[in-house]
Amino acid sequence: MKTQTGTSRRDFLKIAGTTAGGLVIGFNWFSCDSPKMEVLSIEQVLAQAKSFNSFLSISPTGDVVIYSPNPELGQNIKTSFPMVVAEELEADWEKVRVVQANLDPQKYERQLTGGSGAMPHSWERLRKAGATAKFLLVTAAAQTWNVPVTEITVSKGMIRHEGSGKKGHFGEFVDLASTLSAPEEVTLKDKKDFTIIGTPIKNVDAKDMYTGKPMYGLDFHREGMYYAMIQRAPFGMKISNVEDSAARGVLGVTNVVTFGSSVAVVGTSTWPLMKAKKLLKISYEPDGIVESTTDHDKLFADLLATGKADVKRKDGDVASAFKSAAKIVTAEYQCPFLAHSPMEPENFFAHVQADKVELVGPTQTPDRARQETARLLGIPPENVSVEITRLGGGFGRRLRADYVIEAVEVSRAIQAPVKVTWSREDELTGGAYRPAVRYRFEAALDAAGTLIGYKLRGVGMNAGNTTRETNFPSGAVDHVLIESIDHASSITTNAWRAPITNFLAYAEQSFLDEVALAVGKDPVDFRLELLSRAKTNPVGALGYDVDRMIGVVKMAKEKSNWGKNSSVKQGFSVYFSHKSYVAQVADIEVSGGIPTLKKITAVTDCGLVVNPTGANHQVRGGIVDGMGHAMYTNLTFEAGVPKQRNFDTYRLIRLKEVPEIETHFVDSGFDPTGLGEPALPPTGGAIANAIFAATGRRLRSQPFIEQKEFSDIQLQIKRA
Amino acid sequence: MANFTLKVNGTTHQVEVEDDTPLLWVLRDQLNLVGTKFSCGIAQCGACTVHVNGNATFSCVTPVSSIGNSEVTTIEGLSKEGNHPVQKAWEEVDVAQCGYCQAGQIMNAAAFLEQNPTPTLEEIDNAMNRNICRCGTYHKIREAVALAAKSK
Ligand code: FES
Ligand code: FES
Repeated sequence: MKTQTGTSRRDFLKIAGTTAGGLVIGFNWFSCDSPKMEVLSIEQVLAQAKSFNSFLSISPTGDVVIYSPNPELGQNIKTSFPMVVAEELEADWEKVRVVQANLDPQKYERQLTGGSGAMPHSWERLRKAGATAKFLLVTAAAQTWNVPVTEITVSKGMIRHEGSGKKGHFGEFVDLASTLSAPEEVTLKDKKDFTIIGTPIKNVDAKDMYTGKPMYGLDFHREGMYYAMIQRAPFGMKISNVEDSAARGVLGVTNVVTFGSSVAVVGTSTWPLMKAKKLLKISYEPDGIVESTTDHDKLFADLLATGKADVKRKDGDVASAFKSAAKIVTAEYQCPFLAHSPMEPENFFAHVQADKVELVGPTQTPDRARQETARLLGIPPENVSVEITRLGGGFGRRLRADYVIEAVEVSRAIQAPVKVTWSREDELTGGAYRPAVRYRFEAALDAAGTLIGYKLRGVGMNAGNTTRETNFPSGAVDHVLIESIDHASSITTNAWRAPITNFLAYAEQSFLDEVALAVGKDPVDFRLELLSRAKTNPVGALGYDVDRMIGVVKMAKEKSNWGKNSSVKQGFSVYFSHKSYVAQVADIEVSGGIPTLKKITAVTDCGLVVNPTGANHQVRGGIVDGMGHAMYTNLTFEAGVPKQRNFDTYRLIRLKEVPEIETHFVDSGFDPTGLGEPALPPTGGAIANAIFAATGRRLRSQPFIEQKEFSDIQLQIKRA
Repeated sequence: MANFTLKVNGTTHQVEVEDDTPLLWVLRDQLNLVGTKFSCGIAQCGACTVHVNGNATFSCVTPVSSIGNSEVTTIEGLSKEGNHPVQKAWEEVDVAQCGYCQAGQIMNAAAFLEQNPTPTLEEIDNAMNRNICRCGTYHKIREAVALAAKSK
């Protein structure tokens, strides 16, 4: 495959030998056949390496340094991105070192982690980066040996010329290669020839993680820095008075500073701050609407009944369809607020100096941190540097820069470097939450049990649009009305892993189950019937590829032995999000009246699987996440303050609560699409539908364990 | 403020802190041993697990004043080369996603296997249930503990 290298793009700023090259230290670097070579430190390698492009440097020793620009939060990007570069380069993976790049918009586009979009965005760029460097190395070798380029082969970091028997490793050609100009276009490998992509390459940070090396933001330390913790106001409130003398009296506390509606205690280590924060006496007064969960219930009911909605989709004539219907099914579904609760609480280091700012920490959006800092301080964005640490989870929380800006505020106030750390209580009470949502669904069916009309009305908070109007079953139904209502809440909300769809999928997939069963149809056949309609005679705009969805549905049916074993009660769910397709089946066995969740089977079409270990991780992790929050987790508010303040009451799923998860991937031949999110949305529906099949109880709200329909169901979980 | 002499990873350290200071913050802020993680601070998640005389202990709720002569081992001191059977199993199984919980998971598993070298799967589940992994790597944790038990 020929492809333009796009040398004008920022990613391909040509190749400059920016660092010293050719340094030889004492022993023989220059033959791969030499006995075991000494392992160089990354600093030693970098000191000699020549830059080929923004993703790649190669040292005369043959060590390959691959820069991974996107923040790593567990999605495995720091391993899978370099795999793609190394594949096209034909590198020896053993000689690859991976370095997390700092924020650099001159070199990288879309340097963020969110929306499961990194791999789809970068797939071709990464391949070209590797292929371009390979081309230059091969050209350099051909010139050196005076042989035709076409007679040269490359494999595992070695360049060979069959005819003359000449061979050499990459390092031998970097000096020359880095002076050549990049080609207009390069040839990419045929996918069937991949030797690195598609193999279970291990996490590049494994050793450091398992030996306790400092690598997360919370681990960052700078000589002379201060520590700070912050007391934030309840949502909808502002400070009226601060009494801080007791807090100032705590040994180790050096300062207390107030900015906006926050009070920061500053000191020389963390523990005194935790004590001092409890001694702050802060009075608040309302600053807008102060909300509680009980208000939300009434608010949702009112808005669903009479609220003014945005019409997101209108196909056909819904009113007539419902008038002529032989059967109408209606149901409402609701979910609570959730916090993101990454295991590493929010934190950031900031050092505001006269003309520049240094930022270090865990962020999914380093450029946003830079821009907001520049805006706050009125300085050019280039004067703000951002070093990206490994993130102890994100789930969307670190898309915001609020906690970065706090560190900047404190550093500015105390005129010194500072690391702001959040406690778990801070994380749960000062969050930016997945908002509560309520949906009402209505379905009209004709006498043959065909879905002829479909209405969805959603009420959300600060979400703009709580629906996904081009998603299934849109396109498969003649008469459709989708409406969205938004409430402006004083509670801060934010994207949460698989925004909107993390609950919408559960509601839709449960409702479709209700509709299928209401007309006596098998839930899988019912979906396939709709999908075949969408394929042969689609109605309006479709956001999904019907064939790919049918593909995962059919494979899930087969792999789960759907309906084949009468003692196993099953629940089905399928969802398209972030460009990927995932179908799931939950199996529940009932014995002596006790239901046991035994297994979840997941079939994913995310295009080409770059790293099977990483892909399995994302699918299983997404399912565990989806199940945990559907089953157990709730966040409720009273007067603008969350009532669940730590993991004793904010319940996260634990090891003994996860069943066996069987994963399958469809070989669809497409380029890789997102995988950090798509496995989560279908899970709640698959489990709820299985619970219905096993017990006759329909769960229309989350978390399940707090619903009265669930109160006498002693659901057991069988370990794998 | 009081002076404490602590034995951590085989080395003796002097620290001067308030006596209610949790061991976690002494390790992280005073001794610069940041492999031990903070997450909940209330003995709910296990991210801060260290060994005190070989027992898996939540360092976030263990006051430094309670340590006395006990030997403290952190992830940094579990093995010299990062080759404790549990660490090796973690690498082999490729357990981590974000990795933040894993030091605590490894320390818990290592103490558990020391006390119960040939556990049943159910015993593994019971032991590891006290550590939360927000990324949901639970299947791999089970697998790695079972592998470490076998390879010991
Ligand atoms: S931080 Fe100690 S148990 Fe969570
Ligand atoms: S790997 Fe992220 S919390 Fe366990």
